[in-house]
Amino acid sequence: MVSDFRRKTPEELLREAQAEERAARKGHLKLFLGYASGVGKSFRMLDEARRRRERGQDVVVGAVQPKAPPEVEGLLRKLEVVPLKMVDGGAAIDVEAILRRRPTVCLIDGLAYNNPPGLRNATRWQDVQDLLNAGIKVIASVNVQYIAELADQVEAITGKRAAETVPMSFIKSADEIEIVDAPPEEPMERSPEEQIEVQKREQRLGRLRELALVLAADVVDHQLNEYLEQHGIRQHFGAHERILVCITPRANLQAMLAEAKAAAESFHGELIVAYVKQPNISKADQSALEARLAIANAAGAHVEILEGDDPARALLEFARSRGVTQLFVGHSQRTGLARLCASPLDKLIWEGHGMDVRIFPQ
Amino acid sequence: MAERRRGKLKIFMGYAAGVGKTYKMLEEAHELKSAGVDVVVGYFEPHGRRETITKAEGLEIVPRKKIDYRGTVFEEMDTDAILARSPQVCAVDEFPHTNVPGSERAKRWEDVEILLAAGIDVLTTMNIQHLESLNDQVFHISGVRVRETIPDWVVEKADEVVMVDLTPRALLHRLQRGVVYEREKAERALQNFFRESTLVALRELALRQAAHEVGQRLENADQAAGGEGAFPVRKHHKILVLVTADPKTAMLIRRARRVSDFTDAECFAVAVQPGADLAQLPQPEREALERHLNFARNLHIETRILDSEDVAGALVDFARRNQVTQIYLSRPRAKTWFPALSKDPTQKIIELAKDMQIVIVSDREPRAQ
Repeated sequence: MVSDFRRKTPEELLREAQAEERAARKGHLKLFLGYASGVGKSFRMLDEARRRRERGQDVVVGAVQPKAPPEVEGLLRKLEVVPLKMVDGGAAIDVEAILRRRPTVCLIDGLAYNNPPGLRNATRWQDVQDLLNAGIKVIASVNVQYIAELADQVEAITGKRAAETVPMSFIKSADEIEIVDAPPEEPMERSPEEQIEVQKREQRLGRLRELALVLAADVVDHQLNEYLEQHGIRQHFGAHERILVCITPRANLQAMLAEAKAAAESFHGELIVAYVKQPNISKADQSALEARLAIANAAGAHVEILEGDDPARALLEFARSRGVTQLFVGHSQRTGLARLCASPLDKLIWEGHGMDVRIFPQ
Repeated sequence: MAERRRGKLKIFMGYAAGVGKTYKMLEEAHELKSAGVDVVVGYFEPHGRRETITKAEGLEIVPRKKIDYRGTVFEEMDTDAILARSPQVCAVDEFPHTNVPGSERAKRWEDVEILLAAGIDVLTTMNIQHLESLNDQVFHISGVRVRETIPDWVVEKADEVVMVDLTPRALLHRLQRGVVYEREKAERALQNFFRESTLVALRELALRQAAHEVGQRLENADQAAGGEGAFPVRKHHKILVLVTADPKTAMLIRRARRVSDFTDAECFAVAVQPGADLAQLPQPEREALERHLNFARNLHIETRILDSEDVAGALVDFARRNQVTQIYLSRPRAKTWFPALSKDPTQKIIELAKDMQIVIVSDREPRAQ
């Protein structure tokens, strides 16, 4: 069952690199993820700090938001704060002061800030990295708008791009992530003219909220895979829908790709495309195959090339290693007497445990 | 009398006991109360948790109804008493709860439906593992077959679904400190649902479901406002499920329901019987078929019995006439040397319908331990 000889996927390699990085750094990173100000991230974080203090942990606050609501102010008064360092042109967390103070836990409310020029790091998340490397546990908050890799999606929703961002790799390196979810608050009174504006705002905030939930799910999925790998469990739970489109010489690839894309979008899932290299295929099949690979490339799909004497088996092994939940293949094209015998498709149907097999007309 | 406004339903969704759903619900009840809203607690389950019990203090609690069942007294939510009290908002814990036999309604969500129809807003709580369409997947992840389920359409009708999140690590700490269950029960819990990998997977399911619920509501709101939605209108899908007496049919129906909900497809279920008459069947088979057809209807899937002796032929013919885009079937029961000659309906349908999309639904068995 376990195939140790297969190549590692980019995602697996990334996870390994991150696991090593995490092992090298001593501190533990916990993130609170939100989608807008006012959903209660600061309160949740500081409330956790209060509970930790009550349990006897040495907690300090390294950064707070400039404008805090009264309930947050109340919590802050009960905690020790290491003030921000004021430098020409702005403020930054006082890394040296925190390192001298050496708390067990340090709170950073607001991760996405650029530091004023002339400091040891250009950004706040790099300062946090230094604290982690020094063995301090960091609890930090960030909004989905400030994740660098999501800038295009955020811009499509809000029309704005954040100038200060945190890279996704740092978010995914977190040991724990928790989402602070709440529906956008409805304004109490609204005039008919305001109604349209309110609806637009609700749509914008709602889309950001959806994006934040999907991001949290993706980070959790990443952690789950890491956990399973570390424990040598070669099995997936299918919590994340992954669709594998299998290219064959006669496949109606355009239709399959269109449907796979739509389905992946509906499930916030992942789309994978693969084909199994066959040794002795006819010239006609070879050129048909090449035409289809061109279609896949034009559609922007990365095509995984698999090898194996038994195509069905190679495909299933690959699908299992990637946690595929839906396999898209073409109907069998056998004719005459050959169609009486079991085809690779029959094999996929019999042995594709753990994934749905969707068969397309060719 | 003017027609009453239907109450609004807000669900606090979690992924395990102890993540703080009840606490969050009661917290919101307090906020509403201090904003001058008339709010009562219709039912809450303290589970002996100190923090939760403290949180209920200062809120009006409608006394539970006592129901005698086989000599034991059970307590259930007193829906009539809440209706008589007629608050603006009512907090009701454990949405998927099954009432004790002898109660007026079988399920708590049906009681909640009565409150909503009477114009009362309801705050409630549930865990992701109780969603009907995820039943097989939850079984696959946790090895636990959840019996108390909620049809997906009930959750879909809610005005808001809010994710109550807590990291599994924090949850396990709470469990070990005895915050969630008393020691003995906690140790048992750690063996199944509370294994870390299980918790992480359930949490991911809950997050994805919450994202779906948010997206769905935005689409609906946008369409109601005359917009086109964020996505271009997709090709319209129609999913057809073959209903048989095979126990795998329930799994087939759940998966078809889930996929059609996520992809905005219509969903139908048909059985094929000579004379469209189930009465001639042996009793166990007839009962299984009826159970599966009922199950589909409870999930708001339209059902039909086709009159034919040829299951594969009748199904494919029906699919062609009704512009079905995908046929959902379960895996053939056995491998055969000559699949094309097999009598298995799945094999026959694949042979007959090469011009159509066919989905062979996987078994979602629990993982090896």
